[in-house]
This record gives sequence, structure tokens and C-alpha cells, in this order.
Amino acid sequence: MADAPERPPGSAAPVAPDATGAPAPAAGGAPAPAPGGSPFGGEPLLELRGVSKSFGAVQALYRVDLAVHAGEVLALVGDNGAGKSTLIKSIAGIHSIDEGEIRFAGKPVSIGGPKDAAQLGIEVVYQDLALADNLDVVQNMFLGREETSGPLRGLDETDMEQRARETLAGLSVTTIRSVRQTVAGLSGGQRQSVAVAKAVMWNSKVVILDEPTAALGVAQTRQVLDLVRRLAEKGLGVILISHNLHDVFEVADSVSVLRLGQDVARFTVADTTQAAVVEAITAGALDTVPGQLQEVSA
Amino acid sequence: MSSSTVDPTLHPTTAAPAPGEPRSLRDAAVRWWADVKGGELGALPILIGMVIIVVVFQSQNDNFLTAGNFLNLVIQAAGIMTIAMGVVFVLLLGEIDLSVGFVSGVGGAIAALLTLPGGNWEFAGLPAIAVVLVVGLLIGTLNGLLFTKVGIPSFVVTLAGLLAWNGAVLVLIGDQGTVVIQSQTIIDLANGFISAAASWVLVAVGIGGYALNQLARRRTRTSKGLPVDPVSLLALRIGVLAVALIAAVWVMNEDRGVPYVVLMLAVLFVVGSWVLTRSRFGRHVMAIGGNIEAARRAGIPVDRVRIACFAIASMMATLGGVVLASRLTSVDTGAGGGTILLYSIAAAVIGGTSLFGGRGSIRAAVLGAIVIASIDNGLGLLGLASGTKFIITGLVLLAAVTVDSVARRNLAGSGRG
Repeated sequence: MADAPERPPGSAAPVAPDATGAPAPAAGGAPAPAPGGSPFGGEPLLELRGVSKSFGAVQALYRVDLAVHAGEVLALVGDNGAGKSTLIKSIAGIHSIDEGEIRFAGKPVSIGGPKDAAQLGIEVVYQDLALADNLDVVQNMFLGREETSGPLRGLDETDMEQRARETLAGLSVTTIRSVRQTVAGLSGGQRQSVAVAKAVMWNSKVVILDEPTAALGVAQTRQVLDLVRRLAEKGLGVILISHNLHDVFEVADSVSVLRLGQDVARFTVADTTQAAVVEAITAGALDTVPGQLQEVSA
Repeated sequence: MSSSTVDPTLHPTTAAPAPGEPRSLRDAAVRWWADVKGGELGALPILIGMVIIVVVFQSQNDNFLTAGNFLNLVIQAAGIMTIAMGVVFVLLLGEIDLSVGFVSGVGGAIAALLTLPGGNWEFAGLPAIAVVLVVGLLIGTLNGLLFTKVGIPSFVVTLAGLLAWNGAVLVLIGDQGTVVIQSQTIIDLANGFISAAASWVLVAVGIGGYALNQLARRRTRTSKGLPVDPVSLLALRIGVLAVALIAAVWVMNEDRGVPYVVLMLAVLFVVGSWVLTRSRFGRHVMAIGGNIEAARRAGIPVDRVRIACFAIASMMATLGGVVLASRLTSVDTGAGGGTILLYSIAAAVIGGTSLFGGRGSIRAAVLGAIVIASIDNGLGLLGLASGTKFIITGLVLLAAVTVDSVARRNLAGSGRG
């Protein structure tokens, strides 16, 4: 491992190790192909190249590569502490990255804060959803971006309600009785739908979902997974963070595995098995062992 | 894509009608009753409470329901109501302002001193009130800055304010003991009356404005294909408002007339309600009270909104102080003390404002202040000692909060809380 060359900065996603969890390809010369069998060739919508981030002595991310294409559902899996949250917070602009490059639609971008991410069309649906229980569906969807009209700059409720309805209808969310009921009265799946609709309403191009099915029952998980699929069908790039491999295999096109802050594998769902992914999550080969970065980086 | 075939009204299976096909009044009633059973009580408990209060006091003393007493009651409620309207903003954040009582005392004292003839300033009434409002704004901004920027809990900031502004009242009034208000404008606020003709014109404007507003809203919603309430429900709402307004104004005109302070409260009610429900600022206040983290992530300037709410609370408190001073036509060293603070907060809470933030309205302050003033007034008519008055008022507050808590539990139980 120690003599493994650094990945060429321009290379695409790392080549997936084979299902037995063999060592990562040491021969860096082979150009990484687009994931085999994946319909998503060409330019990725959002691409991370060699992104590193440390908090003091803790190396949270180490040379992570990631790419999601328009219309693709990319699942980001990994054990607790693998760096999934840090990674999405880096994309969302909450953390700044130490090293590496984030490219959006082929161009390098710098994301200095959540506003920059929103400007690019990157929206994150956090696990806690960030909905205000005392407000209704429309009010939540437009929170912080309310539309006003008239000489007094009063809220344009009819316009907002209409747009909220259109967005929900566009996502085929039919389970919400009224867009004027408070979010407190919604089920977990409905709340998730509202949070997702809120994220896609602003011409977003990439939606990142953090554990969207974690607290849901079977039927509601179904609703949310269908919703995730529809986002991709609409041409958005979706990054789905999940612990539930069953869900991942149901909706995702490809899977990136993080382990101890490094991306250890990338799979195409059609060509792999859950066992292989589990293997990568628990024992995927690392470029470096944490704590020995100095020795390795030579 | 399959989504293009989806029914845009979003509820293909439930009772919601297509646009232009309104539900009946009965449907609306059924729906309302289901909400009540589910825990969305609205103003129902307070209306029932008012009926009980009226029946009990009227059976004990025939004077309770006279025009003269109704007018007294309204004027007694006015000061508390003004302060409570401001307190609502702070309570909606889930915070508290304990300084409003003595800040109101400061407001009254400044208004009295500025208008003293032969004093150092000799302001006219309205400029004096403007100065008082600016003082309130500054006090509240200070509270808000200490709370948001320094990070002191609002309870402690305003507790310190309670002591300090009590001291300020004593210093301002000084050894005179009492300052009699000389400005006729300020005295007229609670003791002057609009002519009967003018009051009826204003009633007509109020009802007409409300009706036009409702119809205009309905028209835009229909034009955009959104569901609308049935015409009969609309008519019922306008009718209820009209009957209530006409009855209140008629009763007041039977006695001395409509006091200016009622006009002021009506304006504050309309403006305050608009701000809370129809402006971005109000929406942000609600969001902060409901989920401050969500508000922050939505890019709402949380600190600025919170400072503004404290500023509004103190400003309304100073205005309330002027109203209280006007009613008594004097300000003494006890101004702002006694039950004013607790009655103001209790009024907002009895009216249905949650102490945990996110739930409440200007209407709550109005209804709550009327309930508190009715109890105070009714028990006074019965000639009960103030000890008994406080005990009964305390029990009513407890009852109101109990109803709210039980309703909340129902809300949670029905999967809506």
C-alpha cells in the first residue's frame, strides 16, 4: 500500500475493487472508466476530486472522489463516523474543504457557505428535516424565501400556495390532505415529502438526502423511495445517504462507499451484490491507515 | 413523465372540492368540529369562559351588563390589552419579557413629565407620546441586544429590567409622589369620546373593509384555481364581525360613546394582525418560535427578528403606560407596578398564546385582556377584597393554561402535535 501512487487529479471515480474486497487497484495507470453498465456517462453534474478535510488532528475526509450525474441516484454508504456527514456538509458549504476540488457542471466552483450551494442549485434535506411544526405545508416550503406582492409587500399566499401545490403534484405527492394543514399533523413520510419538495422547488439540480427513511415504517419508506426515484427521473442528481442497503439497492444507480474518511469503493448497483457493499463498508481497502498519513503521502 | 397526469388539486380522494364548487356551510361546521375534537380549539374556550363570566356576574349584580359598566370594562382593559399585544411578539419567540410592567410605568411618567406646563419641556400631547414610543423602542432594543448578542437569557435580562425600570419610575416621579397629567390630548385618550356619527362611519368602514378584503382574496384564489371557502361561510364571518362591531358600538353610544383609546386599539389590532400573519417579518417570528434551527437554515436573520420583537414589546408597553396614565389622569410612584405585568402576560396566555413559542395572535391579547378585565371588574362590583380577586384570577389563568395543555395533548394523541 505504501507505494501506491496518488490518484491522478484528473481521474474520474476510483475503480471499484472486486466483490471479494481485494486491495484497491495499486496500478494507477489504468484510466478509470465510467461505471460499467451505467447509463450515466459523460460529464458529472457534481464532482468531488481529492477532497480532504480535517478537524484539528482528526482527518475526517481524505482525498475523497465522488461524482453524481444528472438523473442518477448515487447512494453514499458507510459506517458511523465514516465521514458521510462531513462530506455533505462540505458540499452544502457548512464546512470549507482543506484540499481538493469541487466541480459543478464541469467547472470548478468554490462553495463558501450555504448560500453559494443554494445558488448553484444544491439543496440538502437534513435528517431532522428542519420543518417548523407550527407552520403549514406552504409556509414551510417557502420559509425564508417568501413571496410578497402589493404596495405593502404583504405575503403573496395564493401564489405561494399554487406553486407549492404544483411542486407537490409534480412529485406525485398525493398523500397530503391539504397544503394548509400544519406540519405537526403530518406523518413521517409526509414530512419527508414536504422537506424534499421544499428542496426541489428552487430549480435545484442536485438534491442531497440524509437518511430520508431512517425513522419511517414500511409504507412510508415506500413513498419516500418512490419520491427519490422521481427526482432522478426529473433529471436531478440525487445523493442518498442511507444505512439501509435494502433501500439503497432499490433506488440507487450507483453506490459510493466511505470508510474512515476515504472512498474505498464505487459500485454500479446492477453489477453488484449487497454482500460486496457490506464487505467494502466494513473492510474496504484504505489508501492509508489513519494516523500514518505522513509515511504514506510520500 | 407520470407526474404530468397528476390531479393538480392534490386530493383526488378526499372531500376537497374542485375549484368553483364550494363546500356547504354544513361541511365547514363538520370540519371545524373535527378540529375542535382533535385539539384545535381556537377561540372556543375563551368564548365559553366569557359566557360563564357574564352569567355568573350578572346573576350576582345587575350592574354588570349595563352600558356604563361595559364602557368602564373596556377602558380598564385598554392598558393591559396594549401591553399584552406587545408581549405576544416576545412570547411567540418562546421568550419572556418581565420588564413590560415598569417599562409601561416609565412611559406613563415620561408622558406626564414632558407635558407639564412650566416644566423644562412642555411638549404637546402627541409629540410627547412620540418621544415615549422612541424611549420604548430603545429600551426594547437594549433588551434584545443583551439577549441575542451577549447571550443572557431573556428571563434574566428582563428581570434586571423589572428592577431597574421600577427604580427609574421612582427617580422620574421623585418626591412629588404624584404627577397630574396636564395635557388634554393624553387625558382624552381614555376619557374622550368620538361622536356617535363618526363611530358609525368607522363601523361601516371596518365592516366594508373586511368584506372587501375577504371577497378580493376569494377572487384571486378562484382565478388561480385554488379551493375556496363556501360563500355562506364567508357571509357568516362577515355577519359575525358586523353584529359584534355594531353591538359594541351601539352599547358604548348608549352611554358616553366610543373612547379614542378603542379606536387606537382597533388600529393596533389590524396592524398587529397584519404584521403577524401577512408580512414576512411575522412569518419569521412564527418560524423562530416553532423551530429556530429551521429558521436559521432557511436564512432568516434570527437575531434581528428577535431584537425587533423585544423592541415592539417595550414600545407597546410604553404606549400602554400612557393609556393607563390617561385613565387615572395622573402618574404616581406606583406606576407600572402591582398586577400590570402579570395581567399583561396572563392576558396573552389566557387568549391562547403559548409560552413555548410559535402559537399565538394579537386576537389572543385582545380576548385575554377582556377576560381579565371582566373578572377584575365583576369581582369589584361584588365588593370582594383584592385577596379574593387575585385568587380567582389566578384560578382562571390556571384553567386557561390547563385547557391549552389538554388540547395540546389531544393534538399529539391524534398524531397532529
